[in-house]
Amino acid sequence: MRFSFSAEQEEFRATVRRALEARSPTKEVRRLMATEAGFERDGWQKLNQELGLTALHIPEAYGGGGFGYSELGIVLEEMGRGLLCAPYFSTAALATTAILNAGTEDQKKALLPGLADGTVTATLAFAEESGSNDPASIALTASPSGATWRLDGTKSFVLDGHTADLVVVVARRPGSSGEDGISFFTVDGNAPGLGRRKLKTMDETRKLAHLTFKSVEARLLGKEGAGAAALAKTMQQALICLASEMVGSAERLREDALEYVKMRMQFGRSIASFQTTKNKAADMLVDVELAKSAAYYAAAALDEGDADIAALASLAKASAAEACVQTAVHAVQMHGGIGFTWDNDTHLWFKRAKSSEILFGDANEHREKMMQAWAN
Amino acid sequence: MSTTEPTEESVRSEVGAWLKANWNPDLGLVEWREKLCESGWGAPHWPKQWYGRDLPVKFNAIVDEEFAKVGAVGVAKAGIRTLAAATILAHGTDLHKEKFLKRILTGEDTWCQLFSEPGSGSDMAGAVTRADKRGNKWVINGQKVWTTSAHKAHWGLLLARANWDVAKHKGLAYFVLDMKQPGVQVHPLKQMNGHASFNQVFFTDAQVEPEMMICDVGDGWTVATTTLMHERRGADGLRSWATPSGAKGRIYDEERAEIATVMEPYKWYPQRAGRVDLVMQRARETGKINDPVIRQEIAKLLIMSKSAEWTARRARAAQNQGKPQGPEGSLGKLVASHVARQAARVHTYLTGADALLSGEDSPMNGVIAEILISVPASSIAGGTDEIQRNIISERVLKMPREMSVDTNKPFKDVPRNIVSSS
Repeated sequence: MRFSFSAEQEEFRATVRRALEARSPTKEVRRLMATEAGFERDGWQKLNQELGLTALHIPEAYGGGGFGYSELGIVLEEMGRGLLCAPYFSTAALATTAILNAGTEDQKKALLPGLADGTVTATLAFAEESGSNDPASIALTASPSGATWRLDGTKSFVLDGHTADLVVVVARRPGSSGEDGISFFTVDGNAPGLGRRKLKTMDETRKLAHLTFKSVEARLLGKEGAGAAALAKTMQQALICLASEMVGSAERLREDALEYVKMRMQFGRSIASFQTTKNKAADMLVDVELAKSAAYYAAAALDEGDADIAALASLAKASAAEACVQTAVHAVQMHGGIGFTWDNDTHLWFKRAKSSEILFGDANEHREKMMQAWAN
Repeated sequence: MSTTEPTEESVRSEVGAWLKANWNPDLGLVEWREKLCESGWGAPHWPKQWYGRDLPVKFNAIVDEEFAKVGAVGVAKAGIRTLAAATILAHGTDLHKEKFLKRILTGEDTWCQLFSEPGSGSDMAGAVTRADKRGNKWVINGQKVWTTSAHKAHWGLLLARANWDVAKHKGLAYFVLDMKQPGVQVHPLKQMNGHASFNQVFFTDAQVEPEMMICDVGDGWTVATTTLMHERRGADGLRSWATPSGAKGRIYDEERAEIATVMEPYKWYPQRAGRVDLVMQRARETGKINDPVIRQEIAKLLIMSKSAEWTARRARAAQNQGKPQGPEGSLGKLVASHVARQAARVHTYLTGADALLSGEDSPMNGVIAEILISVPASSIAGGTDEIQRNIISERVLKMPREMSVDTNKPFKDVPRNIVSSS
């Protein structure tokens, strides 16, 4: 197992960071988060193609860069730091991995090049009204209709679901239950019968949508009824991606708070000279560095095909969720009154921390999943 | 002797040939180590003049490997004696080197470190043990504490105040003190876990010859810093040097006895770290593994301890690549005490009413009880959590240093603890 990034990986990180700093200052984040789509297609396509971001972990045979989750993790960490408003997590971390896990060779060849070059945005619709991450909660049905399928039901909490060109949907055979009868389908974003409504979100930088399916035409992705394993794998990969993003956000929160307390004067001295502030800053560093270690380890384990990946993915998510939220809470506190204002940028990352904490299951849920893997 | 630059291969073949010609497990431990001193293979990175071979320190691993191949015993490396050697090599006179270094390597002399005092723990430079020049001798009065192996030691590394009219760090002197003299009394210090791994050392007109001062009055703190730096660096080494060989023979018996003596004070240290390794086994044995609340606490512990391990490996990987030390390298001590505390919490939950008991009445013949009452040491010994946070915030995060109220005036005017000195 590698415990350090290579010179090439460090170089790549620096390139992504520079690009995001230039393209996504918080002024731009605030402008885009207030739009209906949450991003601008032209700007995103240009940045994506320059850096090859959505192509990164797609194998070269499908028009991708052939890199692994460690590299994808670097991009996501930088996105968590830069809070870029773009359908990247939905397209790369969710839809692409789902297609890689579930799709046939022909389907990968047909679908992935468009995702790789950024002309197509995509997402994965799996959770429903309950928001549960348990496959047993999936009720949306898929019925055969000639050469295609018809989907009926609802999906919710779908990342960028209101704008995605392509929606990968997890559905079940009517009458099936639990993990049986689960299949993946692809649906066009503008398919007749598909109702899409943007949800009002606490974290405005991460758009979520509610989708209704009324006899929507869909194409089967992979084998009918055999999607449970691919879904589990996709969720593990998504958890590790989200952990990477969260540790990037956490580090940014930590650095900004540190910079602020060094500058802020009270009682005739820098508030960074108070031990109560210094102790908090030291604890924040510990929290963030431990969570980074877990996220890096899990991404490397994914690349190495580690058999323990289910536990490691949950470990990384639980660790990052606790660290990121705790860091956000400390960061607001260290800013004092100004930290509670809309004009100060801290709340942008605070809200991202809260949304990431809950997305795909909170720390309690993932600690339990980790124990199921290790204790049972 | 060859004048070409040594290489891995040349060192390997040279030491291998020397061992082939000289290693003899039937020798006595001291007898064998005297040969190591003569040849320089016992401490190859030391100067040629002083029992070494002037080899770069990176070759030590090669030499160790060759020793291991033939099962050869090395010089005495465990214990405070290594700190004494490092300090004397860096700051001592030829007289000190002549008198002490060889007997350190052979293991004939043992040492202790007389730094901490009842009134100065974290603030070690606030020492108030007195060194007064009377006639031709230094006379020492005062008290030291937390002194590992003082009851066995022949010599002590002593930090004492020789000038009270200058600032805190400027008035300290550093001595080598003969522990076997009437003015030195050693009493064991019993800890809350019942062990007595450390000592209190009392000085009543203890005497030091003037030539046994290392550097001048005023340089004592600088010398002490060297000792402390090696103490920190050596923390990892202690474990590896303290693993005795299982081989049969007189020399191995003697080495095993030496290691057993040095390691005796540390026998409860695994419990101090929280024994994370026992948690899953205990959870299964007690059936608590099915308790959802306790599962959460176990998971928190495992996440923390695994992340701590991975963070340490990140730090090591960066070091091996020659990268400048990142923040991940400064967190280990603080994280270890978080892990220990959480482990003690989990062991308490797992043990239930049995955690009221100790010794043979309690689980694992007292091991669990020992965890619960030893863990508090992990956030104090070797730098408290509070000091660690200050180090992290000041050195890593570059936050302002704490305002000093004691360094800009004569030490005699600095408020300090009232501690009876005998």
